[in-house]
Amino acid sequence: MASRKTSHPNRDNEDKYSVLLPTYNERENLPLIVWLLVKYFGESGYNYEIIVIDDGSPDGTLEIAEQLQKIYGEDKILLRPREKKLGLGTAYIHGIKHATGNFIFIMDADLSHHPKFIPEFIEKQKEGNYDLVSGTRYQGNGGVYGWDLRRKLIRLRFNFLLFSTVFPSLVRSRGANFLTQVLLRPGASDLTGSFRLYKKKVLESLVERCVSKGYVFQMEMIVRARQLNYTIGEVPISFVDRVYGESKLGGNEIVSFVKGLLTLFATT
Amino acid sequence: MTKLLEWLFGVSFVLVAWAVVSFDLLDLSLPQTYREVAWPMPLYLLVSFGCYSLATVGYRVATFNDCEEAAKELQEQIKEAKEDLRKKGLKM
Repeated sequence: MASRKTSHPNRDNEDKYSVLLPTYNERENLPLIVWLLVKYFGESGYNYEIIVIDDGSPDGTLEIAEQLQKIYGEDKILLRPREKKLGLGTAYIHGIKHATGNFIFIMDADLSHHPKFIPEFIEKQKEGNYDLVSGTRYQGNGGVYGWDLRRKLIRLRFNFLLFSTVFPSLVRSRGANFLTQVLLRPGASDLTGSFRLYKKKVLESLVERCVSKGYVFQMEMIVRARQLNYTIGEVPISFVDRVYGESKLGGNEIVSFVKGLLTLFATT
Repeated sequence: MTKLLEWLFGVSFVLVAWAVVSFDLLDLSLPQTYREVAWPMPLYLLVSFGCYSLATVGYRVATFNDCEEAAKELQEQIKEAKEDLRKKGLKM
């Protein structure tokens, strides 16, 4: 790593990477994710910009973002706020419009996706000239912190009858992933992960076609990518769940997952 | 062709093959043992697929990688980042 720091092997490269960060109430996390992005992009020497798309967070995320812009410069931190919460798909469309890079990184701003993997995404993309590279928690050294069953079992007696105990997030995630693999054979091992690198044109054409909301959106993106014969590379990533022990995949999300899965099954 | 059509196509192909052997629809005069084996086959396949699914999901749950190191590393970097950002003049 030390030699990489000093030699900047990628400085002459003309590729530019735009990181889209849709935020809503990320006042605490935004400075940290930006700091980490600057650190890892700086070390690897790739050309980049960070586009913060804040959907009118009441907690003052935008104000923090303005401070960050002063610290790191207007060429590195771009602010493209919107007035209110309008959904992920439109946030990407909004971000793409303002992106000057030929590659786009999509990631969560809540620190569950670590920017240390960014150089690996870029190397993977170059290796096969892939149209998109998807982070996977289900292969190689990939994994998740916060879903461990053994630790969960200790808590079991406290919430014995809760759905989350009977089907902890790991089991649900594994089950959902298996079912999707069987029905859709999408050619990627992690469908609902949202740490991905896209060629800008590919992302544009995919976002246009995708109609799902929320959690199913990421799945639709990769299924449609396969349908359109885009090439997909995968990089193992670790995912640090921000809310330890609580899954964001509740009862309602399961219904929307099943609906989304069946829609994709019938239409792709 | 959508995934749904692919599945319908595959399933109906298997069902036709099964019906042909089980009920001897084409008068192939297959030996009785063929019919006896073929007749309960869909149920066997279904049950073994169910077992396979449970085993796969169970195995993957059991061998899932818990990234404790990643969480520790992140916590340390968060501290480092907060300090550095304060020095740079960020007011949280």
